[in-house]
Amino acid sequence: MLELKNISYSVKDEAAGRRQDILKNVSLTFGDASINVITGPNGSGKSTLIKLIMGFEKPTAGKVLFNGEDVTELGVTERARKGFTIAFQQPVRFKGITVKSLLELASGRKMNTDDMCECLSAVGLCARNYIDRAVDGTLSGGELKRIELAMAVAKGGELFLLDEPEAGIDLWSFEDLVKIFDRLRDKTVIIVSHQQRILETADKIFLFDQDKIVSAGRGEDMFSLLTRRPSLCWRDLREN
Amino acid sequence: MDNTDAQLLETIADLHGIPEGSFNIRKNGTLLARNSTADIEIVPKKDKDGIDIIVKAGVKNKSVHIPVLLTVGDFKDTVYNDFYIGADADVTIIAGCGIHNDACGDAEHDGIHTFYLEKNAKVRYVEKHYASGKGEGKKVFDPVTKIFLKENACFTMESTQLGGVTYTNRKTYATLGKKAQLIVKEKILTDNDERAVTDFKVFLKGKHSRADIVSRSVARGRSVQKFGSDLIGKNECFGHVECDGILLDKARIVSTPKIDAVSPEASLVHEAAVGKIAGEQLLKLMSLGLTEQEAEDAVIKGFLN
Repeated sequence: MLELKNISYSVKDEAAGRRQDILKNVSLTFGDASINVITGPNGSGKSTLIKLIMGFEKPTAGKVLFNGEDVTELGVTERARKGFTIAFQQPVRFKGITVKSLLELASGRKMNTDDMCECLSAVGLCARNYIDRAVDGTLSGGELKRIELAMAVAKGGELFLLDEPEAGIDLWSFEDLVKIFDRLRDKTVIIVSHQQRILETADKIFLFDQDKIVSAGRGEDMFSLLTRRPSLCWRDLREN
Repeated sequence: MDNTDAQLLETIADLHGIPEGSFNIRKNGTLLARNSTADIEIVPKKDKDGIDIIVKAGVKNKSVHIPVLLTVGDFKDTVYNDFYIGADADVTIIAGCGIHNDACGDAEHDGIHTFYLEKNAKVRYVEKHYASGKGEGKKVFDPVTKIFLKENACFTMESTQLGGVTYTNRKTYATLGKKAQLIVKEKILTDNDERAVTDFKVFLKGKHSRADIVSRSVARGRSVQKFGSDLIGKNECFGHVECDGILLDKARIVSTPKIDAVSPEASLVHEAAVGKIAGEQLLKLMSLGLTEQEAEDAVIKGFLN
């Protein structure tokens, strides 16, 4: 279980000469064996929240508790070793590092073709065509994104943070993506997404706007609320 | 051959003992072992140190090893090797030099290699340089490689400097005929106070000739690397130079690419990027459970893969 207690995060706005709040006093609980989807307009602090959970940034106030343990001061490596696993919104490119090496670094062990096939087929890629390729600009955006997700599968863990996993993945492959979430049903999964098909899979949906949670609820309830009023912009929804 | 020789041979030429086929192993300025075959003949030069390597026309899927070992200080070894590759031949040439210097005096090996490729000939030339030893004596390589490619010939050069080399000044010249192709993959790692200078001069003379030069370097400590390239397009041709460098500690990399489209039909490109390891690369690897140091090592290992 992951608990965020009164998390705030602000950055200095050089132009205005004052601090700007990105997140303000956010308290959330993500239960075990649950798929949680965070949605909301651009710039509402969703990706920042993911970065704070993974330890890329430290909150300016508040605490992060994982299974009751305060991990607020722990670094990225320590959190990763405790079972925190992230798939980046924008996958990182590495000149010369092959798909095989990255999967092995992720899993922490030597992998044979069958092992790699399992991780890559989960994201709809054929291992034979990819394991020796470098994770660089020669791969398309969609391929990079799938490999990013395959790395999360290879690493495993207890808490999965997936930042817009659908970005760059063609609509025809959405069912593959949903199958990955199904594999993770016994973990704590936090997904940032705007995609209807992903919102549908959620046990719980959190709606973010302007640095805080404005609404949260059971997946089905929130989903019908969001889809019933598609013409409304986010802010109108909050007021309603 | 002692343990040091065996280790050096393994590092620079992936050799475990004496190879099969044609080879020439040189140690401290003298011949250690040689074998000449009908397909690939090795003939010692009479007027100076060095050998002629003659590959018969049409010989395919054969390789020749010509490693050099230097295990003493106060020694400068200059060797002239000429390679004559017959038409339609397709061979791999594994060169490379290992210096182990425990002495105070300098150890230097300068290999002056000239390649003549006939029509349709194909060569993969693998050259590794490595140095070790605790002595204060410098470990120096100043290789010169000259490449002449006739019509449709293809030369792939994979040169790697693995570390421990105090100073190197590498010069590579190539002249390409019609439809000839030159592919260079250079990898250099420097540390401490090491210096590495590397220069390429390529004349794309023939119509539809192509050159692709990719240099990847990692500079640590207070080491300095200088990369220079000069591509001259004299016909309808394509040339590409890429220099990527990773800087660590207080190291410095200078890249000076020059392209000269003498012919208006020439298409020449150069790219250069030098900088620290991207923060997001480290973060990604750390999020897989690696420490910052492990992440840095993984990036460098992959980059110089």
